[in-house]
Amino acid sequence: MSENSGVAVLDPPVPEEAAPPVRRKGKRHKHNLAGYGFLAPWLIGLFAFTLIPMVYSLYLSLTKFNLLTAPQWIGFDNYVRLFSDERYLQSIKVTLLYVVTSVPLKLAAALLVAVALNRGLKALGFYRATFYLPSLLGASVAVSVMWRQIFSRDGLVNQFLGLFGIQGSDWIGDPRYALWTLVLLSGWQFGTPMLIFLAGLKQLPQDLYEAAAIDGAGRFTVFFKITLPLLSPMVFFNLVLETINAFQTFTPAYVISNGLGGPIDSTLLYTLYLYLKGFGSMQMGYASAMAWVLFAVIGLFTAIYFWSARKWVNYAD
Amino acid sequence: MRTEKKQVHWRAHAVLIVVLVAMIYPMVWLVGASFKPENQIFSTMNPFPFAFTIANYINGWTATGNSFTVYLANSLTVSLCTVVANVASCSVAAYAFARLDFAFKRFWFAVMLGTMMLPFQATLIPQYTIFYQLNWINTFLPLVVPYLLATDAFFIFLMVQFIRGIPRELDEAAALDGAGHVRVFFSIILPLLRPALLTTTILTFIWTFNDFLRQLVYLSDHSRYTAPLGLNAFVDRASGSSYGGMLAMSVVTLVPTVAVFIVSQRRLVEGVATTGIK
Repeated sequence: MSENSGVAVLDPPVPEEAAPPVRRKGKRHKHNLAGYGFLAPWLIGLFAFTLIPMVYSLYLSLTKFNLLTAPQWIGFDNYVRLFSDERYLQSIKVTLLYVVTSVPLKLAAALLVAVALNRGLKALGFYRATFYLPSLLGASVAVSVMWRQIFSRDGLVNQFLGLFGIQGSDWIGDPRYALWTLVLLSGWQFGTPMLIFLAGLKQLPQDLYEAAAIDGAGRFTVFFKITLPLLSPMVFFNLVLETINAFQTFTPAYVISNGLGGPIDSTLLYTLYLYLKGFGSMQMGYASAMAWVLFAVIGLFTAIYFWSARKWVNYAD
Repeated sequence: MRTEKKQVHWRAHAVLIVVLVAMIYPMVWLVGASFKPENQIFSTMNPFPFAFTIANYINGWTATGNSFTVYLANSLTVSLCTVVANVASCSVAAYAFARLDFAFKRFWFAVMLGTMMLPFQATLIPQYTIFYQLNWINTFLPLVVPYLLATDAFFIFLMVQFIRGIPRELDEAAALDGAGHVRVFFSIILPLLRPALLTTTILTFIWTFNDFLRQLVYLSDHSRYTAPLGLNAFVDRASGSSYGGMLAMSVVTLVPTVAVFIVSQRRLVEGVATTGIK
């Protein structure tokens, strides 16, 4: 398996360029003028739309600010208040529950379908494209509207359950179930990780499978002892990306709850609460503090993934 | 051996088709329901309307403050401007990272990768206040201008990966002929980069067209509403009454994305598979 086979995106991509063996060493002339010339738009954007706003947001998080009057310094008050804010704690609970259920569901579905597709089936292109479509449409208002109707009291799901004589609930209106409709929506959108898994599966060395077949290994043994370990870099990559995405989910929660996070805050995902605080009640200092906590939490999750990766991600080829 | 393999395939097809039908059923139902008379929408699972009507489309088109003609035109304007801005700015930055050697290159490259992981909420509020100071609220500028400056690092990364696959001999030959970096970029790299530019175009278009939060925050006037905002206005007021119109307009806002998908699905699937993304 070659190192830079397109999908091995986790390899730090730059280094091998710097020192091609053939070129004479020591006489590497730099093109600073051209380099920074071409880089200029990105650099300006980096400072104007990312770095400076982030510093500014850190400052705002230490102030009381409603956009109309000047920010008023209050130190760490916003952060302290966060942890006595019942709705905030509820939004953390809901979000964590959403992340730790939707991400594994999505990745498991993606992996299962990818393995099922990876057998040289006919019509692979058709399957791939159709399974991918939901994740492409995923974040839109229209799909969320559709989901809301499907899970409404007299929606498609309950009509289907009715065929078996089961009386379905009002899934969207019941605080016990509303969040799970969002988890299912996320699971429905397994197309992107599926494509990545599929690309990974194609790269796996066939000789291992032939050897396993000769040894008479069963299908499950092959999957858990060969496929999954070899695919672990892709599992890792998808896990990181999908976790970050899940923390940022906004549209479906907004649409199914009419922008309120209900019923009784059961779908109050973090970003939705941040929106309500920042743009609903114009508490922009408070919302900035929320943004920084989210940033820290995502950083923490990512750090844990990278730290644990040494134990389960198999980079040997 | 052969027949055994065929049987396995047959079973795999059966399972996959069941999953596939379950997955696309909601979408088929949505389209069918949008052509049903209001009182039949929830009466049956059958997606095909008994009494076909386009009343939902006619009523829905103008049911909220403004017509969907305006919303769709706004969405297309924003999406197309974003596409042009994104393709231009990202390809320039990608050329620098992939081909030019300059001081602190590795550092900037790491920063670029880091920004890919940054949650957009982190900059949402400060960006808003900056655009507010500039008097850009309720215009399309906050939605488009950041893309002029290559803020979506994902696409830079995608193009860097692609440029690395282009043989260096090509630019070296051009350089020997006296072509400068600008010439090399425009006459060698850009034409060969076409597949990556196409992937960028398609994904940028679809993601921008479907984007909601940023449009919700920046656009407040009905005349500036995009399709997702127009549809959302429906959701706000429809509680109870016109489901038909809401479903019909959902279909309408999905049409451009699905059309782009159908035309470009092969390119798109390959692009996603080989780069790994959202």
